Amino acid sequence: MTMAELQGYMMFFFTIFLVVILYAYILHLYRSEKKGERDYEKYGKIAIEDEIDDKPVEVNPKISNEKKEK
Amino acid sequence: MQSSAALEYDYSVAKLYMWTTVIFGIVGMTIGVLIASQLAWPELNYLFGEYGTFSRLRPLHTNVVIYGFTVSGIMATFYYAAQRVLKVSLAELPFFNFLAKLDFVAYLFAAAAMVVSELMGITASKEYAQMEWPLDVAIVVYWVIWGIVMFGMIGARREKALYISMWYYIATFLGVAMLYVFNNMEVPTIFFSGGVGAWYHSVSMYAGTNDALVQWWWGHNAVAFVFTVPIIAMIYYFLPKESGQAVYSYKLSLLSFWGLMFVYLWAGGHHLLWSTVPDWMQTMGSVFSVVLILPSWGSAINMLLTMKGEWNQLTENPLIKFMILASTFYMLSTLEGPIQSVKSVNAIAHFTDWIPGHVHDGVLGWVAFMIFAAIMHMSTRVFKREIYSKSLLEAQFWIQTIGVVLYFTSMWIAGITQGMMWRAVDEYGNLMYSFIDTVSVLHPYYAIRAIGGLLYLIGMFMFAYNFIMTATAGRKLEQEPQFRSPMA
Repeated sequence: MTMAELQGYMMFFFTIFLVVILYAYILHLYRSEKKGERDYEKYGKIAIEDEIDDKPVEVNPKISNEKKEK
Repeated sequence: MQSSAALEYDYSVAKLYMWTTVIFGIVGMTIGVLIASQLAWPELNYLFGEYGTFSRLRPLHTNVVIYGFTVSGIMATFYYAAQRVLKVSLAELPFFNFLAKLDFVAYLFAAAAMVVSELMGITASKEYAQMEWPLDVAIVVYWVIWGIVMFGMIGARREKALYISMWYYIATFLGVAMLYVFNNMEVPTIFFSGGVGAWYHSVSMYAGTNDALVQWWWGHNAVAFVFTVPIIAMIYYFLPKESGQAVYSYKLSLLSFWGLMFVYLWAGGHHLLWSTVPDWMQTMGSVFSVVLILPSWGSAINMLLTMKGEWNQLTENPLIKFMILASTFYMLSTLEGPIQSVKSVNAIAHFTDWIPGHVHDGVLGWVAFMIFAAIMHMSTRVFKREIYSKSLLEAQFWIQTIGVVLYFTSMWIAGITQGMMWRAVDEYGNLMYSFIDTVSVLHPYYAIRAIGGLLYLIGMFMFAYNFIMTATAGRKLEQEPQFRSPMA
């Protein structure tokens, strides 16, 4: 087998591997929402409620802790 | 960090980039119309001596619209939208605010040096990477500073989750950083020639097929990470905000993002079909280009579905019109590109006018329309004024839409005609046409393209006038509009 053929095969199997990962990601998104672990759709509100004094959809704990310390 | 009471977003940097977007838009598109006209009427090459020839102006056109108009638009929207989706004001971050302003000054100098050096004919002779090594170094510094500001803002954010637009801006930063550096690996000849030759001259570190591969890995991904990824960042923010509708499916936006990231980087090989690169690599370029339809259409359809139940806004609000047409043109060009990448189609399409036709339905229809809409949306908030004229905006939309249609339809016909004529052989296998035969057949289509470009440029001037009048004479707004941008 030449180097070029080897590269070709590696590319093919790597593509299959990446496709599996992509589909696993879709599954992960829907499963975690179904199990109630995460609500992805609420993040869409970030663009709508974007005034600086609007309540964040999820508060960054690091920043709020700093504020409390002050 | 200060308390958020009485705190406002700081738009000073966004405002600066909004002005450069308009200026570079006019410059880049004016040159574009001139060079399109030169192809139809070659005597126009002799207007300004060596500085007015097609070969001198063509790289200037592409570089000014990419690095001038589009990058300015990207930065303007970033410095506007990133503050808002992260819920952090640059006014709270004086160091990063200073860096952002410093970076703008660096940008101006680099852009001016790019225009002057390319006009003088100083070029590294690589597509979309014509700038010579001193400018490449300056651009890397500029880009790194932008990255520092971006991650500084992310570190100080109040909103824990990064909105999808931020992911796209981050990808823009990382993608361009990686590709730009690798493609511009070059040896400044002065250090190795014993002082012979110009100090700014360089040669690529790669040779032959490798150089071509790296070049198109970059070339196609310049389209990806300058003309696509940051423009998607814009539409994911500005369309929901202008329409008051949250993105239809956030999950689809995430999936499209990762899909685009992992597919786009491999598609560049389609620029080298039927060339001396390994066959499997050409096939990879084709396959990944076709797969690319999925994530591209994922984003575009998500945008169209965001308007579900609110389609009346399309007739009432010209900014929505611009964005929906942009999204539609994105779908058109991301279907057209993969079709051109299929090997058998490419055998006809390669090197023909269909290729610039494809680029321009993407850039004029998708990129520029989205930037126009974003700039107008921002101008009402940044200048706290109403958009000066709705009817001017409507007229601009239709004039430019006709311009784009004339541009790409003429190039479709020209390209396919060209491809067929180049391949045509008689019964003995001799070529039926000489090159000049194709040129004379294509003349009317070149003239139509120039007219299409001129219509688009007229629209650009209308936009510039509307923008300047909004900034200076629009009716003052007492409070910031929540969703729809008010216009007179």
